[in-house]
Amino acid sequence: MIPFAGYQLPVHFPLGVLGEHKHTRNKTGLFDVSHMGQLLVKGKGAVKTLEKLVCSDIKNLREGQVKYTVLTNETGGIIDDLMISKINDAFFLVVNAACKTLYEPLLQLKMEGDVSIKSIKNNALIALQGPHAQTVLGRLSTRISDMGFMTIINVTIAETPCIISRTGYTGEDGYEISASHNSLEKIAKTILDEDEVEFCGLGARDSLRLEAGLCLYGKDIDRTTTPIEANLAWVIGDRRIKDKTFPGAQKIIQQMKDGPKKKRVGIIPMGRTIPREGTKITDAHNTVIGEVTSGGFGPSLNGPLAMGYVVSDFAKLGTQVGLIIRGKELKAKVVDLPFVPHKYFKRSKNED
Amino acid sequence: MKIKYTKEHEWVSVDQDIAIIGITHYAQQQLGDIVFFEAPETGTNIKKGNEVGVVESVKAASEIYAPISGEIIEVNKELDLEPSLINTDPEKKGWMFKIKITDESEISRLMDEESYSAFVEASS
Repeated sequence: MIPFAGYQLPVHFPLGVLGEHKHTRNKTGLFDVSHMGQLLVKGKGAVKTLEKLVCSDIKNLREGQVKYTVLTNETGGIIDDLMISKINDAFFLVVNAACKTLYEPLLQLKMEGDVSIKSIKNNALIALQGPHAQTVLGRLSTRISDMGFMTIINVTIAETPCIISRTGYTGEDGYEISASHNSLEKIAKTILDEDEVEFCGLGARDSLRLEAGLCLYGKDIDRTTTPIEANLAWVIGDRRIKDKTFPGAQKIIQQMKDGPKKKRVGIIPMGRTIPREGTKITDAHNTVIGEVTSGGFGPSLNGPLAMGYVVSDFAKLGTQVGLIIRGKELKAKVVDLPFVPHKYFKRSKNED
Repeated sequence: MKIKYTKEHEWVSVDQDIAIIGITHYAQQQLGDIVFFEAPETGTNIKKGNEVGVVESVKAASEIYAPISGEIIEVNKELDLEPSLINTDPEKKGWMFKIKITDESEISRLMDEESYSAFVEASS
């Protein structure tokens, strides 16, 4: 168990980080992510209020659609990354544990017209991830099978009203289920009884998201990185680039035009030594050109991998760089993200 | 053959002037899944306390310090392909390297099994 944003979270269960990681990629893992914040924002002014905080197009979010976005500050830095879904004409936000107290005051501050903000403290959140997730959850509800990637519905499971989205943080197909604590605990136990499912901890969650090239807030993105630097330009709505009304719009749009000074990239070292967070990245002349923000061992990749920021000149795929580990230079190269291909559920047409 | 232990949770199995070295069951438990062992080069002369290798687990990197002085005469090549042997069989198949002992008096200063068990109990 380790302390995380005021919670005690298990790093691993009896299977261990490697076992849990591989089990999720091969079968299905269950993750308790109840530490994350859940909020409901609704009312006539909800769209306008949210668009004063995030850079995505919230106005055109369809009922039942989920969007990954970022909250930015006036200098274009990222205050948090989050999921916003439109469900029952309200906006359902799932936010990072360490940032969840920021939302109510920020939303109050930017409030435009009639808006109600409710922190859903009574709800827990679990994630069922992996190729067998649909089969397993399908035993509890037939309605989840034909959900598209990045969609959300209300479903009743075992007489419990749940909010289920086809989303996750592992690069695999899967679902995230929100429901009241007591009821969700029962559902989680039912799911864990299924043969395909193993309980997984924070360690596997981290190695899975790293292989999937997904950012961890506080490490790969924070107030000093913009969405452009973080290679997250795709979260910015076209409409928003025109209206320029989100915080930091000027700087962010300028960066889109001129290109950022630094960029988030994937890095694979030669050999087996693992680059960890904080490892310096160098060029051929031993000049420091960046730093690793997340690094570790990729169980599915079966080798070390890292993400970090480098001066943009070095962000081109295939660029040879050095990593300074324990005083020695380790050769490495810049690679494309994700490290392990995403296996999100695809119907005839993928959601954006 | 006698087995001795260090406060750094290494075991040292001594047979005449050769010592085989690895980490204890307690150490591997603390480290979690081990994914890489950076071994020393054979032929290197090392002094007690020098860093001779690094164990990388999914959680962190941990330096291995030479429990005694001498020459590295062999490293466990099996660990290149299967570093998890350190987890599954730390005190046999998961051995790390062999040292040709140069100073026998260093051996007597290491802990015996009983003292090591007490040490682990006290520190956990």
